[in-house]
Amino acid sequence: MINLAGRDILHSWSKFVLTGLGLGLLIGVTFTMAGVYRGMVDDAKVLLNNSGADLWVVQKDTLGPYAESSSIPDDIYRSILGMSGVAQAANVSYLTMQVRKGDTDVRAMVVGFEPGQPGEPSYLVAGRRITRSHYEAVADVKTGFAVGDRIRIRRHEYTVVGLTQRMVSSGGDPMVFIPLKDAQEAQFLKDNDAIINQRARTGANPALNRPGVPGLLDAINASQNSNRNVNAVLVRVAEGHSPEAVAQDIRRWKHLQAFIRAQMENILIAKLIATAARQIAMFLVILTIVSAAIVAFIIYTMTLGKIREIAVLKLIGTHNRTIAAMILQQSLGLGLIGFAIGRIAATIWGPFFPRYVLLEPGDAVRGFVIVMVVCTLASTLAIRAALKVDPATAIGG
Amino acid sequence: MKKESGIHIEGLSKRYGEGATAVDALKEVNMSVAPGEVVGLIGPSGSGKTTLLKCLGAVIEPTQGRMTLGGEVIYDNGWRISDLRVLRRDRIGFIFQAPYLIPFLDVTDNVALLPMLAGRPNGEARARALELLQALDVAHRASAETSELSGGEQQRVSIARALANRPPVILADEPTAPLDSERALAVVRILNQMASQYHTAIIVVTHDEKIIPTFKRIYHIRDGRTYEEAGEGRALQ
Repeated sequence: MINLAGRDILHSWSKFVLTGLGLGLLIGVTFTMAGVYRGMVDDAKVLLNNSGADLWVVQKDTLGPYAESSSIPDDIYRSILGMSGVAQAANVSYLTMQVRKGDTDVRAMVVGFEPGQPGEPSYLVAGRRITRSHYEAVADVKTGFAVGDRIRIRRHEYTVVGLTQRMVSSGGDPMVFIPLKDAQEAQFLKDNDAIINQRARTGANPALNRPGVPGLLDAINASQNSNRNVNAVLVRVAEGHSPEAVAQDIRRWKHLQAFIRAQMENILIAKLIATAARQIAMFLVILTIVSAAIVAFIIYTMTLGKIREIAVLKLIGTHNRTIAAMILQQSLGLGLIGFAIGRIAATIWGPFFPRYVLLEPGDAVRGFVIVMVVCTLASTLAIRAALKVDPATAIGG
Repeated sequence: MKKESGIHIEGLSKRYGEGATAVDALKEVNMSVAPGEVVGLIGPSGSGKTTLLKCLGAVIEPTQGRMTLGGEVIYDNGWRISDLRVLRRDRIGFIFQAPYLIPFLDVTDNVALLPMLAGRPNGEARARALELLQALDVAHRASAETSELSGGEQQRVSIARALANRPPVILADEPTAPLDSERALAVVRILNQMASQYHTAIIVVTHDEKIIPTFKRIYHIRDGRTYEEAGEGRALQ
């Protein structure tokens, strides 16, 4: 028996290919949206993996340092280091800001870290690690910076000495790593006028400028112009110790919040990107409905264009199921073309997106099943119309 | 038995609607076409031609009467055949006013489709199609797209399709309407040839003044009733 659907597709292949192209681009957008969500989740996991930490110690009652602001004294890490089960503990600071290079600026998350400790970029793709105490930086490739570039963070210039990759914040901003002291300064550095005004205001306060206490005003001014805080302490747990047990001890004795890896992953994925995920899910639902409507409309229009042929086919004894199968196969064929074009399109344009787009094979399989189901449902309208065709209409005009 | 083969109808009536709005489209129509015979069915618009053709084609059910097709009673105040689709596929050939070929099938497959629908193997169906296309002198266009054919060629292919399952009856609904005189007469000549070659009873519904003189027998239909008369049976060159 002849495959009627296949013959019709071959006969009007240009119509099918062009329609499939349009549908494919729509499916490609759908895949990309799903890929953006997967990329956000993967970025979060990579961020946690590359930090090299087992615990994140932050200000009590906060979900810092990525989801909420957290500020803790920078000497806390010493007491944490002395606790049982702690192998390494290091301060880190995070600050999202505009990093300037010449006349342009790049939105980046500036990370302050201590070389050789948790929090430093785990690998480089070019250049070297930071070896000096000040004014050197390692940047994520997505910043567009190159080794040797001079970048400005607040009032100071830094030389990019190395490049890393897949180090982005939960907001998608690429990271720039600088020494911790520089980062602390950058977070709280004021301009000269602000410092002069602050000193005048402090000097005018009789409680802080008492004649009988020499050196008090100088000490207060010095403390106001330095920052002794960091956003988090990253802890690496010693072998044989449970991160949860160490976290419990920190929470109990240090009055700080300590998150283990699973909790931090939950904060990043379930809380921080939850709104974005819902946004993307809404887009996916709308795109799926639009795709279904387009397939239904196209197949229905194509079927209406063949009403006379369908009447003749029915009159000469073609089974209703043969006609229904023809329409269903055409709908599925259109879906197949659309799926293939969509998958190829998403693979081609994915790397050009500013955020990481992760196209997972599992999503492709799920997408394929959804496309086939949508095409099957979309064809029902056309099948209904075809089955209603009276073979008698072929006779007598 | 000979009388009953071909197509034979007695007292066939068809009423649309009920009560005061009922319309009697056919009123006790009698008609008989022997195997190998081509008869004309002529009548003005609204006379009941199309209704009769639809009843004969088993696409609408008559109200009462009796129809015998190829020696078998198919209707006797009710269908006597359970599957009308199979009846249409295997035992009735249709030729339409326009060829209505399936545009996405080539010429051969347009003809071979019917035997394939009847369960014949593809090879056998295509061989039969080629044989018919040869008989109708369009075998040279066997692998052409239907849109590449002239009007006359398309109509010959539609005749081949109607003959593909060797049905005892062919119903032709104004088959020469879109053709010029020469081509119209050629189609009638072919129908006559095929009727005698395949022993098929052919009913040709027509308005076409050019071809009416070629029928040996004509049924006039007026107000739902048929009147038989002898035709001129003019020889076809």
